[in-house]
Amino acid sequence: MTTDVLDSHLAANDSHGHDHGEAVSNTVFGFWIYIMTDCVLFATVFVGYVVLSHNYAGGPTGKELFDLPYAFGETLFLLFSSVTYGFAMLAMHTNNRKQVLIWLAVTFLLGLGFISMELHEFAGMITEGNGPDRSAFLSGFFTLVGTHGAHVSVGLLWMAVMMGQVMTKGLSTRVQSRLMRLSMFWHFLDVIWIGVFTVVYLMGVMA
Amino acid sequence: MSHAAIDSTGASHGSLRSYLTGFVLAVVLTVIPFGLVMYSDMPREYIVYGVFAAAVLQILVHLHYFLHLDRSSDQSWNVAAIALTAIAIVVVVGGSLWVMIELHYYMQPHAMVTGLLGLC
Repeated sequence: MTTDVLDSHLAANDSHGHDHGEAVSNTVFGFWIYIMTDCVLFATVFVGYVVLSHNYAGGPTGKELFDLPYAFGETLFLLFSSVTYGFAMLAMHTNNRKQVLIWLAVTFLLGLGFISMELHEFAGMITEGNGPDRSAFLSGFFTLVGTHGAHVSVGLLWMAVMMGQVMTKGLSTRVQSRLMRLSMFWHFLDVIWIGVFTVVYLMGVMA
Repeated sequence: MSHAAIDSTGASHGSLRSYLTGFVLAVVLTVIPFGLVMYSDMPREYIVYGVFAAAVLQILVHLHYFLHLDRSSDQSWNVAAIALTAIAIVVVVGGSLWVMIELHYYMQPHAMVTGLLGLC
């Protein structure tokens, strides 16, 4: 599993295997702490949205704007991409470089599908005059959903870089450590999206 | 050795089975709330509770099956970090909603106050 793969690399590449393994573990734990701070960031943006979510300023409400089947489609894109990233990690544990690349590419395309749907939704709303400047509700909406979308976009960029690194550097200890961190980031974004579709889309349509 | 150290990462290994189990549970817990809001004619209150219960369960499913977070001793620092974060989030979210609901209540004495459920 993870550790065996890492250990075999360590044995091959590095005489100070123990220190190196600990370094990987520390970077991954440090990244977990970063994710926790990102959770707090999202919590503040969420609560900002909820507090403003009824201030329509005469503009459209969530019920008029949100298309639930569309949001369901976005949700499925992200959920599938979470699982395919998991498959990439499984391939990494068995040191199968080709499969890692295939699953990363599939995950990338699914993530791209999600972000394309989101941008399409934003563009439609803005061209109809329902941009972030229309009402406090919409400012909150674009801030929250946009912050999540920006994170996903950064994740996609990171994933593209990692595909390049897997191709050029192979599954070295460093590359594996980075793939593990991207895995945490990607799954974390899917968890945040659960909050977004629940609080924004489902509650928005019910309000 | 580094075994325990690397296992304690929060992004440690899963298996095909655990990813697929997590995926199926996540799909079910997504279909239920969307179905409730789109097709159910239950009272609004029940739907809101159902939707939020499904969301919390799905977050737990993701943490367990995708992020492999559990209560094993390897994970104690990850769990400590997330517990502390949860406290911070409860204070930020709970405190803000409390303040804003009270404000709403006192600023609009004649408006009907719907409380927490109304705000969401």
